[in-house]
Amino acid sequence: MSRAALLVLADGRFPAGGHAHSGGAEAAVKAGRITGAASLEDFCRGRLHTAGLVAASLAAAAALGVDAVVLDEAADARTPSPALRLAARKLGRQLMRAARATWPSQELDDLARRFPKGAHQPVVLGVAARAAGLGAVDAAYCAGYESVSGAASATVRLLSLDPFDATAVLARLAPEVDRVADRAVEAARGVVDEGTDALPAASAPLLEIGAEVHAGWPVRLFAS
Amino acid sequence: MTVAGGVRAVARIVARDDGRGGTSLPVLDGDGPLAPRRTRGSGAEARVVLVGAMSGPLGGDHFSVEADVEAGARLRVGSAAATIALPGQSKGEARYDVRLSVADGGELHWLPEQLISARGSDLYVTTRVDVGATGRLVLREEQVLGRVGEEPGRLGSRLRVCVAGRVVLDQELACGPGAPGGWDGPAGLGGSRAVGQLVVVRPEFADVPVTARPLGENAAVLPLAGPAALVSAVAADALRLRRLLDEALRSLG
Repeated sequence: MSRAALLVLADGRFPAGGHAHSGGAEAAVKAGRITGAASLEDFCRGRLHTAGLVAASLAAAAALGVDAVVLDEAADARTPSPALRLAARKLGRQLMRAARATWPSQELDDLARRFPKGAHQPVVLGVAARAAGLGAVDAAYCAGYESVSGAASATVRLLSLDPFDATAVLARLAPEVDRVADRAVEAARGVVDEGTDALPAASAPLLEIGAEVHAGWPVRLFAS
Repeated sequence: MTVAGGVRAVARIVARDDGRGGTSLPVLDGDGPLAPRRTRGSGAEARVVLVGAMSGPLGGDHFSVEADVEAGARLRVGSAAATIALPGQSKGEARYDVRLSVADGGELHWLPEQLISARGSDLYVTTRVDVGATGRLVLREEQVLGRVGEEPGRLGSRLRVCVAGRVVLDQELACGPGAPGGWDGPAGLGGSRAVGQLVVVRPEFADVPVTARPLGENAAVLPLAGPAALVSAVAADALRLRRLLDEALRSLG
C-alpha cells in the first residue's frame, strides 16, 4: 500500500467535481442556521456523525470488496432525499472518470458499465481506493473527511468566512473523524458477515429537508 | 410480566380478510402496558387502539408490538395516548420494537400518538415494516424531545421499510444526552423539539412517483427509491409537527 496514494485520492484538487457541492451548507447559510465558525462546526459535526458515518461505512465496505450493487441499494435506502441521491450519483460518475484515468482497473470498468449514470459516490470511492491499492481504513477516512471538508470550504465562499477559521474547525473535528472512521470500518467488516443491515443508517433531518428546499431555488452557487 | 431489570410486554395483532367484505382479527393479544382493543371500524377496515395500562417504557423495559395484515385485509391502528419514555429504577436502556407486515392487497394505517422522551430516560425504538408488492401502508412516527420546557432523555430510533423484499428506507435518529455531537445543530434538528416521519407505500407510485417538494423550510415530501414516499419534518412542538404531517398526507391524495 502506498500512503501517497491516499493523499492523491483525498486531495481537494483531485478532479472529481466535489468543489461544486456544498454538502448542504448553502441551504443552511440561507436559512440562517450557519452564521459563522461556531455554527459551521456544529453543522459539520452533525453531518460527520450522520451522512459522514454512512458514507464512510459504504466506502469501507466497497474497499473490502462487498458487491457494489448491493451497497448502492443500501445507499439509496439511506438517502431519502431524491436531490441528494441525484447529487451522490453525479459525484460518483465524476469520481469514476477521474479514478479510471488515475488507477485503471477492471473493477472500476465493471462498476462504470453497471452504473452508466453513476453509482453513489462513496461506493465508487471505495472501489477507487481498492484500485489505488488502499484499504478500508483509507476509504473510510477519505469519505469521513470529505463529509466535512466540502461544507467548510463552501462556507468560506458563502459567508466570506476567514479560511483560517474554517480550517481550524476541521482540525477541531479531527478526533471525531478518527472515531467515525473506526466505527465505519467495524461496520463494513460486519457487512461482510451479516449483509447491509450492519451498515449504519444515521440521518440528519435538516440535511434531507434542506436539500429539497435548495433544489427548488432558481439560482444557486453550489449544485447541492 | 416483570423480569430482572424491567417489564417485558408483547402485543400481537393479526388482521384477516373475513371473506364477507370485512376484516376480522383472529389474534388480538396483549398484556399490562400494551393492551390492543378493537373499536368500531368503517367499511372493510378493522380498527384497533393500543391502550397503555401502565406508564412507560421505563429504563430496562422491553416492549414489542407485532401486527400482520394478511392478503386483502385492512387495519387501522392508533393509540389512546402519547407514549412517554421515563427513567426507571434500573439504569438500563429501554427498548420498544415494532414489527409490521402487510401482505399483497392488504392495507395498514399505523398511526400511534407521539413518543415523548422525558428527562433522564433512555429508549431505543426499532420499527421494521415488510410490505408486499401490492400492499399499502401509511405509517407515522413522531418523536417529542421532553415534556413542555423539559430537557429530553436519550432517544434512538431506527425505521426500516421493505417493499417486495427490497429495503426502500433505512433511517436512524439519535437525540438527547449521549447522542453523537451535532444532533441538535444546524444539520440535525436545528433546535426543534419535535421530529416526525410519515411513510406512504402504494403500488401505483411505481408508475407515477410522488413529486419531491419542500413544505416550507422544515418539512419535505421525498419520493424514495421504490413505490414509497417519506415525509420528513421538524417542528417547534408536537402540535405543529402533527399539522405538517397531516397537511403532507392530504397533499398525497
